[in-house]
Amino acid sequence: MGAVTEFIKGLRVTGGTMLRTIAGEGPVTIEYPKEKRQKPQRFHGRHVLNRYPDGMEKCIGCELCAGACPANCIYVRGMDNDPDNPTSPGERFGFVYEINMLRCIFCALCVEACPTEAITMTHLFEMSTTNREDAIYTRETLLMDEKGGVPHMFPDDELADMDELAVADGWVRATAPSGVAAYQGVKMWQGTPGPADWAPEPDQSELDVLSAAEDNDG
Amino acid sequence: MSWPELAIVAFRVVATFALLLAVTLINVWAERKIVADMQSRIGPSRAGPWGMLQTLADGLKLFFKESVIPRKVELGMYLLAPFLAVIPAFLIFMMVPWGKPFMIGDYEVALQGADLNIGLLFILAMSAMAVYAVVLAGWSSGSKYPLLGGVRATAQAISYEAAMGLSMVAVVIFTATQGEAGTLSLAEIVERQAGTWGDVSPVLSFLPRWNIFPQIAAFIIFMIAIVAETNRAPFDLVEAEQELVGGFHTEYSGMRFAMFFLAEYINIFSMSAIAATLFLGGWAGPTFEGFLPGFISGLLPTIYFLIKTYAIVFIFFWLRATLPRLRYDQLMTFGWKRLIPAALAWLVVSTVAIGFRQFGAPWS
Repeated sequence: MGAVTEFIKGLRVTGGTMLRTIAGEGPVTIEYPKEKRQKPQRFHGRHVLNRYPDGMEKCIGCELCAGACPANCIYVRGMDNDPDNPTSPGERFGFVYEINMLRCIFCALCVEACPTEAITMTHLFEMSTTNREDAIYTRETLLMDEKGGVPHMFPDDELADMDELAVADGWVRATAPSGVAAYQGVKMWQGTPGPADWAPEPDQSELDVLSAAEDNDG
Repeated sequence: MSWPELAIVAFRVVATFALLLAVTLINVWAERKIVADMQSRIGPSRAGPWGMLQTLADGLKLFFKESVIPRKVELGMYLLAPFLAVIPAFLIFMMVPWGKPFMIGDYEVALQGADLNIGLLFILAMSAMAVYAVVLAGWSSGSKYPLLGGVRATAQAISYEAAMGLSMVAVVIFTATQGEAGTLSLAEIVERQAGTWGDVSPVLSFLPRWNIFPQIAAFIIFMIAIVAETNRAPFDLVEAEQELVGGFHTEYSGMRFAMFFLAEYINIFSMSAIAATLFLGGWAGPTFEGFLPGFISGLLPTIYFLIKTYAIVFIFFWLRATLPRLRYDQLMTFGWKRLIPAALAWLVVSTVAIGFRQFGAPWS
């Protein structure tokens, strides 16, 4: 008789799921282009080059990101600032900045390497192109404008979600500045244009509680 | 035969055919939707409202696709097999009465393809014919996976046909006691299930006079046997995507594949219809004649028939979503060591009980 009870147990599982799907919470499927999933805070999406609140570029053309890149997909050339009309607060600025998105593995080591937090990541991940040249993001497409908006490669695309460009990589919050743990919980990046108006990362002990709660939900 | 009679015969056949095709279109969609719900998915949702036209779209696609004929096939059999699958599938349903006969002038129109007096035998014969389609398709494809599928079909069909036939025999013997003489006609079997069990005992007068109540064991055996007979999960060893690619229809494509697919879903519906007819009283049910308009009370039996049939079709889908496929030896063990002895034992028990009721104890 064991087989029969197991059989009925199985039927109850599928039947119960059916009733739940029809009458209750609905299917687990998220119909992607129509509705979008809430992405994790530290999602690694496409890069963005940030500016200071006064409009100065943060990038100083030091090429540390290019050196850190394991996929060798970043190409940077620095140029001396014009002393009368500087582009960045330092001596030099990123004159050429190219990222080949076909090679990029979205590891965020460039973000980690950057001494001025000039390059960060956003939540935008829809980057498909119909030709390879479009996948090479240049300074023009990476650098945010003076108001903090970031150029989208294909703003007319119906999938283009400009809001995702305004969300910065959470990694910056956790480690800023310079990855010193003592700064955790200190609101360091408030006031910068664009993706900057965020709450400070909570303390690690709080984070542990939060992630434990999330695990229980899932 | 006068021309009105001919017209009635033509109407019966065409109407049955149309009903079967319409129902199959819905069934394919319904299965995908129901199984999707059981797996917490969405299922087809693009073509038409709730994806209802998905089957039509699939059919159109298959219709326009190339029918590839591999070089090593045994051509005659290869081309014949899909038709051998579809034609018996249609013929089986022709035996099933799907509505109450009504009168046009002096002529009676039975809602049934054909009322053979050997209806049940014909059904058994045709469902046995359908096995040939699978076996021949498997053999003539000249490829190893279809061959394995065909070999499995041979063994499986023979094992489960026996149990199916035996459970039918129990019902037929029981039905014989409900009327004047024994009958194999499905229309007659339905009519004998009209009413309630009130004349046996007043306590039972709420219970419809369906064969399922006295013949519950036969019903369970019959259900298992028809799932195996239609090659559906968990007995779909003949197709077995995971091990045999597609089994017997691996080498078929385009419209020829569509015919196998169609035959499978027609078989599900007609086998469910036969189960509903034999055990759940077919179209029999209260029609409220005189109380409701004549048109509605004439349509109600068809609705009862569809509800009962779909209840059983739903069980097919439910099983498919629930049970994993049996191993080959498990299938044979279950068929020969469990199902056939059970069917035989039930036949003996049921017959002895009927004998006692009809003729009294032999020693009295």
